[in-house]
Amino acid sequence: MTPNYIALDVFDLALAALLILLNGALSVWLRLGLARQFLIAAARMCVQLGLMGLVLKTLFALVSPWLTGLAVVIMIGFAGYEVMSRQETRFRGLWAYGIGTTSVLFAGTLVTVFALATQIQADPWYHPQYAIPLLGMILGNTMTGIAIGLNTLTDLVRRERAAIETLLALGETRTVAFRPFVRTAARNGLIPIVNAMSAAGIVSLPGMMTGQILAGVEPMEAIKYQILIMFLIGGGTGLGVIAAVHAGALRLSDARHRLRLDHLAGD
Amino acid sequence: MLEVRALCRPGLAPVDLDLAAGEALALLGPSGSGKTLLLRAIADLDPNQGRVSLNGSSRESLPAPIWRRRVTYLASEPGWWEARAGAHFPDPAAAEAVLPSVGLTGEILNRPIAELSTGERHRLALVRTLVQTPEVLLLDEPTSGLDQDTTRQVEAVLRARVADGAALLFSTHDEALAERLGDRAIRVRKGKLEGDR
Repeated sequence: MTPNYIALDVFDLALAALLILLNGALSVWLRLGLARQFLIAAARMCVQLGLMGLVLKTLFALVSPWLTGLAVVIMIGFAGYEVMSRQETRFRGLWAYGIGTTSVLFAGTLVTVFALATQIQADPWYHPQYAIPLLGMILGNTMTGIAIGLNTLTDLVRRERAAIETLLALGETRTVAFRPFVRTAARNGLIPIVNAMSAAGIVSLPGMMTGQILAGVEPMEAIKYQILIMFLIGGGTGLGVIAAVHAGALRLSDARHRLRLDHLAGD
Repeated sequence: MLEVRALCRPGLAPVDLDLAAGEALALLGPSGSGKTLLLRAIADLDPNQGRVSLNGSSRESLPAPIWRRRVTYLASEPGWWEARAGAHFPDPAAAEAVLPSVGLTGEILNRPIAELSTGERHRLALVRTLVQTPEVLLLDEPTSGLDQDTTRQVEAVLRARVADGAALLFSTHDEALAERLGDRAIRVRKGKLEGDR
């Protein structure tokens, strides 16, 4: 296959980097105090993506299930950490990391394996060229949804403590007492992906499709891929958010149907 | 009827307590003395140790929601989860039957919770508890925020429930209320019961 994309060389990138330098200069001139942050972020991006390129190159060359698996574990570990670090109020102990990571793991791997095994049919099925980018896109969105969902839940439960305890005191089960708050938390977690799907093609040209088109893929082919990805992301985010919010609600209560705010740090 | 043995939790020394059907017992003590902790522990709303039983059957032998329908705690500042008052009552007709006894009318059920006064909310929450006809009422400051007339109305309703065979355990820092409504009173100080008055 002769790729009909236009390859970039270092000079092209250096030219684009001038835009960053221009912004840095503007910041210094206007005393915005942003230059340092801006340059560091740009440098970080170059180093991180450069390393990522090397990792992907190696993974693609080796097509090893173990190395691909290791990359997957590391990606999920970071996604779980990201969920935790976005929580205003965390669960106490290992739960702070556990609920988010387990939900990301469950939803991310389930949806990725489903796609690899059925629609993509790569050979072998775990081929990193497909597995890693797919998982990355699914994880990124699932992670955001779960972080928002859990954050909404803990926030609401703390705020609506009196309502929940009144329901429990009147003899309602924890399922009933938590229901309105679980529902709001799940809905908030799903807002970004619902918005992304609604705006796709009108307001925004999704990144993956754009990338494929730049790489010379037929627009209709690129769009089919994009729709597939959107379904996978939507499904993964939904599963992950629902799992995380329910696990969170269970952890905020106990078998005797009590509200357990003491399972949150700082309460 | 209600038997409490060695009930304790952080902030509460082991408590023994008996409450008969048709009996009203006042818990007297200043704020922070542990009255609320004791009431919540009996309702099993916080982790606690000890034995609590109702008519011989232990709390643990029942699912917690069933226990709380029979032994119901009402907080001094109860919560609301719907915008409209009536939405908090699964059976509005039953509520309408009880509302007049605390000086409210059925009309209040159509009003938003946010527009009700503290006293109205307080009485509405009491009605919400009473319509479930629990065998034991655990009331935290049942007349706080009420004026003299409505206090008397609430007292009368509670006395009628007790006369019907319910057991009432209520907290207050008002000696006169404890005297009027309670058959007995127990002082609570620093998480300990200090004997009958």
